[in-house]
Amino acid sequence: MSGIPQALDAIPVLGILFQLLGYLVANIEFMSHTTVAVAIPITLAALCGVMCERSGVVNIGLEGIMLTAAFVGWIAGVVAVGILGPGTQLPVFGITVPLLIALVAALLAGMLVSLLHAWLAISLRVDQIISGTIINIGAAGITGYVYSLMASKSAVGAGSFTTYRVPSGVADFPIVGWLINAVLSQGPIGIITILVVIVLQIMLFRSRWGLRTRAVGEHPRAAETVGIDVIRLRYRNVVMSGALAALGGAWLSMEQTNKFDTNMTAGRGFIGLAAMIVGRWTPLGAFGAALLFASATALSTSLQISPPQGDLGALMGRVPGEFWEALPYIITIVILAGLIGRSIAPAADGQPYERESAT
Amino acid sequence: MTEDAVIGSLPALEMRGITKRYPGVVANDHIDLDVRRGEIHALLGENGAGKTTLMNVLYGLARPDEGTILLDGQEIRIAGPSDAIARGISMVHQHFMVVPVLSVAENVILGAETMSGPVFVDRRKAAARVVALAQRFGFDLDPEARVGSLSVGQQQRVEILKALYRDARILVLDEPTAVLTPQETGEIFTLLRRLAADGRSIVFISHKLYEVLEVADRITVIRRGRVIGERRPGETTEEELAELMVGRAVELTADRGVSRVGETVLRVEGLRVADDRRHEVVPGADLEIKAGEILGIAGVAGNGQDELVQALIGLRRSLGGKVTLAGRDVTGFSPRRMNEAGVGYVPGDRHKFGLILSFPVYDNLILTSYYRPPFARGPLRNDAAILESAATQIERFDIRTPSAQVTTSTLSGGNQQKVVVAREFDRELKLLVLDQPTRGLDVGSIEFIHRQIIAKRDAGTAVLLVSAELDEVLEMSDRIAVMYRGRIVAQLDGRTADKAEVGLLMATGGRDTATITATPAATIEETRA
Amino acid sequence: MSGFGRVRRAALLSTVKRAAIGAARPIAEPLAAIVLALLVGAVLIVLFSGLVARHSAFDLGLPVAAYAALLEGAVSPNGMTATLVYATPLILAGLGVAIGFKAGLFNIGGRGQFLMGAVGALAVATVVGQTQSSYITIPLALLVGALCGAAAGFVPGALKATSGAHEVVTTIMLNYVLVFVTYWAISGPLALPGSPQPISVDVATRNAALPIILGRDGHLGILVALVAVPLVWFLLYRTTLGFEIRAAGANSDAARYGGMRTNRLIVLTMSLAGLLAGLGGATTILGVVHQVAPGYDTTVGFDAITVALLARSNPIGVMFSGLLLGAMRAGAQTMQIQAGVPPELVDALQAIILVLLVVNVLRRWLDGRSRQHGSTPSAAADTAMLADATA
Repeated sequence: MSGIPQALDAIPVLGILFQLLGYLVANIEFMSHTTVAVAIPITLAALCGVMCERSGVVNIGLEGIMLTAAFVGWIAGVVAVGILGPGTQLPVFGITVPLLIALVAALLAGMLVSLLHAWLAISLRVDQIISGTIINIGAAGITGYVYSLMASKSAVGAGSFTTYRVPSGVADFPIVGWLINAVLSQGPIGIITILVVIVLQIMLFRSRWGLRTRAVGEHPRAAETVGIDVIRLRYRNVVMSGALAALGGAWLSMEQTNKFDTNMTAGRGFIGLAAMIVGRWTPLGAFGAALLFASATALSTSLQISPPQGDLGALMGRVPGEFWEALPYIITIVILAGLIGRSIAPAADGQPYERESAT
Repeated sequence: MTEDAVIGSLPALEMRGITKRYPGVVANDHIDLDVRRGEIHALLGENGAGKTTLMNVLYGLARPDEGTILLDGQEIRIAGPSDAIARGISMVHQHFMVVPVLSVAENVILGAETMSGPVFVDRRKAAARVVALAQRFGFDLDPEARVGSLSVGQQQRVEILKALYRDARILVLDEPTAVLTPQETGEIFTLLRRLAADGRSIVFISHKLYEVLEVADRITVIRRGRVIGERRPGETTEEELAELMVGRAVELTADRGVSRVGETVLRVEGLRVADDRRHEVVPGADLEIKAGEILGIAGVAGNGQDELVQALIGLRRSLGGKVTLAGRDVTGFSPRRMNEAGVGYVPGDRHKFGLILSFPVYDNLILTSYYRPPFARGPLRNDAAILESAATQIERFDIRTPSAQVTTSTLSGGNQQKVVVAREFDRELKLLVLDQPTRGLDVGSIEFIHRQIIAKRDAGTAVLLVSAELDEVLEMSDRIAVMYRGRIVAQLDGRTADKAEVGLLMATGGRDTATITATPAATIEETRA
Repeated sequence: MSGFGRVRRAALLSTVKRAAIGAARPIAEPLAAIVLALLVGAVLIVLFSGLVARHSAFDLGLPVAAYAALLEGAVSPNGMTATLVYATPLILAGLGVAIGFKAGLFNIGGRGQFLMGAVGALAVATVVGQTQSSYITIPLALLVGALCGAAAGFVPGALKATSGAHEVVTTIMLNYVLVFVTYWAISGPLALPGSPQPISVDVATRNAALPIILGRDGHLGILVALVAVPLVWFLLYRTTLGFEIRAAGANSDAARYGGMRTNRLIVLTMSLAGLLAGLGGATTILGVVHQVAPGYDTTVGFDAITVALLARSNPIGVMFSGLLLGAMRAGAQTMQIQAGVPPELVDALQAIILVLLVVNVLRRWLDGRSRQHGSTPSAAADTAMLADATA
């Protein structure tokens, strides 16, 4: 009876592939849930990028916007809890008053940092990549500075949002139940993200705002000659989109965890940028790319939490742990390099616009 | 419309004493201009005379330092394009202001969208309105087509539709015929007359004398930012207008003399080239140029000329075919090897390929020869030799610059082009490839460059001249090849070629006249005639 | 004719004047940015000392104390050496970023390239150092470190050249990958045998520590950095390769027409940038750090961007801005000990300096004054219009 498995073992590569497949099936629920969760901040960063770059402003300051928002959200929570006390939790998502205050503070902080980028990039026509880099350096510096001042105090933030529990009837639904569960058992920021992806996709290609945004990102002078205020539209897009990246930052310090850490964004802003490019500057595409990147993280997390058994386990055991940690970044590089030739940026992306109007 | 009616009607638009100064130059110096209802008013002037600046003032793209604008006798202030549009002023720009990735309908409605509700665009209604408008003025445009995939002439119609969609009463067209075939030019003139008859006022900006004489009711000539004179077509001649425009008597046709044709220098057989989007836009071109001969390529922009030239010079990989230079197979040579084989090249877009604008003039003069003696000694630059050669070339090619060290972007367009010409002409050449060598230049620079080209030809160089200006091709070429959809469809003798015939070939690719009369706009011209 | 001569003379005079202003500008503008940034930093110190730190009230004297400590840490006799030591990798990596900027490339990979330089140098010390004298080990370690850094620059360069993947994203992603590679290396193949914790060998025990040439810890690497400055300048402005790099950066289409192989230049420039940053990593490990534990990281990558931007990518300028930032890094420790202000303030100051630099406070102020006499709009808009009007 054991002839077939033995024969499979005799072909090591095939055997290990089978074991890997078995491992993936066994852990699919955990991994798909983790994939969606990990993809959320990446998606939000990518959506911020889509809104900016569709109107012609390159924003590599995503990382800094997220970090600032994560920090401000946390510190606003500390202050709010200090003044109001922890507050009572609502039955859904574990919402409390300090948490909401913290969330609003995080969004405002993100928009404020975006405003700085908009001013540098649009009004002063600073090289947009340099402007974004300054924002990244500044966000890391200032949050790091204040955080190390705070570190002496053991400050407690506003806590974190809890996840939505999919009703057991739905989660047990055959075949698709686990998928619904994986997608929907997220916190409020996660669920908002999925909604924003859909809304933004429709808005970008069906609404007046979307038409004008695309026109401004492709040929700003043409847009101006039909009376569209290019500068104002770009300002509005950059500042509004800052709230999206900020939401990603808030997810880190208020939904995934309940604390702040120096440089806790760990490159997610840049992975989001890559997701935007791979997703061809569309919200849905960016979400898909973010899921792809996130699946690498999910796999490596799964392998660390519940290591596989047998030959596969032995093989995995020989791979250094650092490899799994580096895997999401490697995947990002590989996919970016592999797909980029077929992805074309908006024509005026990154080009400062000089208003010709008399006023 | 009779002449009396034109004279009798009130000015729809009046510009009084418009002055616009930029540092170091007065672009508009107290310009007066009035345009009547139902009139086609031509604004004639050289490149750089201030025509575009004046119209930018009208359209709110530049703020005048002095002067007033009156619309129907009322003084108005125009702060931006939206002000102008709101007052019924529209502009068809020289470089089309269309967004290539958007559809025709999206381009037309952009900025004045047809909405369903406060958020979403009503795309169906927009398309219907665009179609209705196009039909009313006799065009045929698919509202869902991507503008980037349309021909130049069709893109221009999209521009005009934009103006009509906004119900423009004053329509400014900036050099609208620069990129059109003679037939398309005829069609646009028909359309302009029709719009004028509809009670609209047209400002027609041009530097082409015969066009202005053909279409305008009145002509205002400006030179160096000032109004030099006003004429009516019936009361003036091309010679007079030319003298007014340039400020001196101008030879209207260059004396290209007789060429002494020698051996075949360039032979192109079945060359196939793709564009950036990997479409094969040149499916097989055949050419032959002999020493001491100028071959002009006529064709509507976008028929594969750019790709052909870039493939010839090594900037673009060819998909197939063979290129022979003086008997030597040079297929697939890099730009440097072509250069070393004795090929000079004046690129069509001098800011993209021709010059590094942020570099000093002397560095641009050695852009193709920096690596070889005397400009290089081994791996090192020889700055003494570079500067010495630059000084000689600046003198010889009359490049007006304070010094060789000046940043190239500070030179005028004509002088920038002279830098390119100096670099490419100043050595022994077998072949000279010229792509739009005089685009956007003033008459003085054009004359200078044309003389240099003739001199090169007389010295035995084979010259390939590509120009969107059919007049330039007709004027300069010993032989003319017409390019249509990537193929050479006809070759004509430059001395005997007839403009109408070349234009027809450019538009249709063949001598079949039935093809052109099939387009609706042309039908109108016939009915009018 | 005399009228013409007068015009010529006036033009010449204005050219001379412009040249004088042009020469003063690269120094005056960064200086103004730095001075203003220190003032903004002072506000930050006061503000946060009152809001979050131990100090119960807004302490107006704190910035003075902090800056005094910063200055002491940077320019006292010992501080001078520390400044030079800190400046060494900043100058080297800063030159790398500057070369990248000249070629139109934004190299944010300094962190990973620096770490690879460190790993390369450690590898030589581990493998060769036990059996060979320092005359062999040190040059070899520097060379291998530089080459490892170059490899870390080569990868994003090659990716950009072959697929067009933007170097900003790939260098940052690679930074994270290389951080893990470094941890893996020092806890695995380069680990000190028999040590309970994962830690690398001590280069001093392997004949690989750089000789001290100045003060207590001023190592030979300082000299390496100071020699690199004129070399890079010479490469950029006196060789044909430098011309190619600058041309490809200023207009890659024109460079391609000029016969330059722009893709090869991208790979070459990125490798060169990595080489310089790698050299910074190697000299830092061999000269100061000596022994590396997991968790070792560097801020040199981002600091180098500030250095290059402050210098406007001029190699000579990089030397001065590298020294300036080195001084700030050197003084930061003293500042923390004496005034209790966290060293992260230097990161915040950098960003403020950069904002003020790109906003160009000085020029704006001067323009604002001259505008009162005329009615010219923004200078940038004017030049564009001028080009349009005289084309």
